[in-house]
Amino acid sequence: MPERSLVLEMRHITKRFPGIVANDDIGLDLVEGEVHALLGENGAGKSTLMNILYGLYHPDEGEILIKGKPVRLGSPNAAIDAGVGMVHQHFMLIPVMTVAENIVLAQEPTTAGVFLDISEAERRVKEISDRYGLAVDPHARIDRITVGQQQRVEILKALYREADILVLDEPTAVLTPQEARELFEVIRGLTERGKSIIFISHKLNEVLEIADRITVLRRGKLIETLPAEGATEESLARLMVGREVLLRVAKTPAHPAEPLLEVEDLRVVDDRGIEKVRGISLEVRAGEIVGIAGIDGNGQSELIDAMTGLMPVESGTVRLAGDEVTTESARGHLEAGLGHIPEDRQRRGLVLEYSIAENIALHDYRAAPASRFGWLFPRRLVERARALIREFDVRGGGPTTRAGGLSGGNQQKVVLAREIDRDPRVLIAAQPTRGLDVGAIEFVHRRLIEERDEGRAILLVSLELDEVLSLSDRVLVMFEGEIAGEFPPTASEEELGIAMTGGRRSGVAA
Amino acid sequence: MSDAGGGIPPVQPYGQPEGKLPDPEESFSARLALAQRAGGLVAPLLTVVIAFVMGGLVVLITTGKNPLKTYQAIFEGAGLNWFFQIPWDFDSVAAFNLQQTLIQTTTFNLVGLAVAFAFRCGLFNIGGQGQYLAGAILAVWIGSSFQDLNPYLHVGLAIVIGTLAGALIAGIAGFLKATVGAHEVISTIMLNWIVLWVGVYLFGLGGPLQNDTQTSVPVSNDVAEGAKLHVFWGDPLLQGLHIGIFFALGALIVYSILLNRTTLGYGVKAVGFNPEAARYGGISVARNYFLAMAISGAFAGLAGAIDILGWQFRLSTGDVQTSVVGFTGIAVALLGRNTAIGTGLAALLFGALFTGTSTRNLDPDIFQPELASNLTLLIQGLVVLFVGVDLAVLWLLGRLRRKGTATA
Repeated sequence: MPERSLVLEMRHITKRFPGIVANDDIGLDLVEGEVHALLGENGAGKSTLMNILYGLYHPDEGEILIKGKPVRLGSPNAAIDAGVGMVHQHFMLIPVMTVAENIVLAQEPTTAGVFLDISEAERRVKEISDRYGLAVDPHARIDRITVGQQQRVEILKALYREADILVLDEPTAVLTPQEARELFEVIRGLTERGKSIIFISHKLNEVLEIADRITVLRRGKLIETLPAEGATEESLARLMVGREVLLRVAKTPAHPAEPLLEVEDLRVVDDRGIEKVRGISLEVRAGEIVGIAGIDGNGQSELIDAMTGLMPVESGTVRLAGDEVTTESARGHLEAGLGHIPEDRQRRGLVLEYSIAENIALHDYRAAPASRFGWLFPRRLVERARALIREFDVRGGGPTTRAGGLSGGNQQKVVLAREIDRDPRVLIAAQPTRGLDVGAIEFVHRRLIEERDEGRAILLVSLELDEVLSLSDRVLVMFEGEIAGEFPPTASEEELGIAMTGGRRSGVAA
Repeated sequence: MSDAGGGIPPVQPYGQPEGKLPDPEESFSARLALAQRAGGLVAPLLTVVIAFVMGGLVVLITTGKNPLKTYQAIFEGAGLNWFFQIPWDFDSVAAFNLQQTLIQTTTFNLVGLAVAFAFRCGLFNIGGQGQYLAGAILAVWIGSSFQDLNPYLHVGLAIVIGTLAGALIAGIAGFLKATVGAHEVISTIMLNWIVLWVGVYLFGLGGPLQNDTQTSVPVSNDVAEGAKLHVFWGDPLLQGLHIGIFFALGALIVYSILLNRTTLGYGVKAVGFNPEAARYGGISVARNYFLAMAISGAFAGLAGAIDILGWQFRLSTGDVQTSVVGFTGIAVALLGRNTAIGTGLAALLFGALFTGTSTRNLDPDIFQPELASNLTLLIQGLVVLFVGVDLAVLWLLGRLRRKGTATA
């Protein structure tokens, strides 16, 4: 690396919370013009470290130097003054205001000290966006622009406040592959102009593509800081998790048998009268995984709800294992042989206040052996939970632990255990690895393949393209409530990306 | 961070974040949940202490009397001093006062359970008053009819019908919530008024249930001797303690078993905690709304029936219009944290307060009669106001802990 100065040094940072050391003697430095990736599983201490840098937490020990000078970052304002800018995963923008208004918010140029000088604001925004190659329309309202553009606005907000150090927290999580590529161009442009970037991610391929150096954290400790050159996805995963991880699940070719989930010309209208699913037909056979790819909000949620009896169907039919269940209740679907891993395990998949044992009984607490004549047998629930906890390797508690006290990965294992233990013919898995870390993702993926090989029909709906591609035997792309094409799992992300944005309606004919 | 509750030893695994704290939002809600479980006893006790301190301040400022003496007077007026007068004299004045406290406790206990049960399903049953009155009206009707019925049958019939009346009234609100989504707060308040005016009509002059002999007074006939609940402590003519208290104790057990040991309770609580998860799980949210309201109303209806058969024996239009016990049930449930034991204890507290401040027991030298019953309402109001006190406690604890670690 050429001789460039250090813009940031975090030395011996230790942060303790009651009962846990979230950051244990961590050192991180950032060279001017570099992209430094911060890698680690959920709870590894990434967020804590970044919150310290952004002035939200105060470290118990250690010091922070910016451009060689020790600083005390007592608040986000102090961090901003010191040149630190943060782009959160969830944007902090005001939807009804324009791009320019959002960018200058709280630091508005004024005339006579009180009146917002909007033309001056727009001029400055234009100037910055030109300088860094971040094209946005300053007059556009935030709720009218794409997510990718909103992210640019967040970056511009930081640049407007003269940030030299930009922290990007999981920036690609909300983007399509194309948008992610554009973001990388932006990042390269920024570093060429001397900005330095901390890039937080758990997507190993991205980290390898964009980062100059990579720091891996695990359980609050610094494991290693290494150059991206020479690192591989496998080596990074091993550092993150502390053991060998299978990144791509090994699977044998599928042997599809009889169709178990049959959907014909399904139409679904939401409660505002908007048609969200517009004539979808699909079929999932025993022993295969069919993946549905698509950008969030293209009718996937409504399709799932309609297929599982959680939302009324406007027209069309749904068959589960040969039985028509179109107008059945959710219970009717479950009884016809459906397992459903819901999109949002906290809002829907679990009663967080209930124990693991109670959650596992959610679908069948009314039947023997869980109960008889309305009388519940808590001990039997606990026994069953204990067996499943062992089988599905749920960690962090026993059968009577509240589900809300578990980590996301273990919560998902509880959901998985419940759905699979019911021995469903059809399993609908919606975003089954959302928010999980590498180890838990591996577990869920392996288990889904195993269930496929058991002869279940599995429909996988995911926003993660690589997940869909690595697990599915066939891939359907959903766009604006319709199937925009069917692809083999060997299709490239680019091909799918085009179909996902409605660019082309092709692929292998369904 | 091991929160293992069962037999599995806590391990430090790969998929398990080693703490739930790094994310500030998560840590707050996690700690809040913890405090609500762990602080289950602290917060209500603190609520009571704060309410009493503020009530004492009011006494001091408005009357200049010694609040401690006032509270002692209430304590003795409620008969709680009886426990300390050993050997126990079962016929003393204190014993009589205690009987009155327990009669009140019985009522508050049942109306408190009514509110608590609905809360557990995520519903705010503000109509305990109407359901209580419905139970009372039906009980007075059954009790004053059929003069020569077998006493056991008579009491049983009046109690069952009264209970069902409460369940029916609340069930209407539950049905409306389940079918058209009408908010239960609105519908139960409206039903309160419907029941109230029906009662005024029934017992009013010339009304269908008005007294047969005293035709100039808007009051019902008296309950037949055989339909009165047995008095097992004290003089029946002086309103001794009737067996209704055992119904209240039984209701506590039923409440607890229903919620914790039956599939019905599982469904009700699941809907209360997370209706979306319940729906996903195949539990009918609508059905549980209806059931929870009906059961809730049954507790209140039982309270009304027991008051009639236990000590009131008649209802006047004035009783119907001035009774507020159903609303006290809200405070009882809130203070008792919707648990069986908590509700029982909160009912005892309010029973003692109401009895202790009823003017007949008070010495004007240490307690102005005008303040007496208002003080109880004041404390009741403060308790409701401080329901959120656990948040304040949590904040305080958090600050103390932070200070502790900072100096450590």
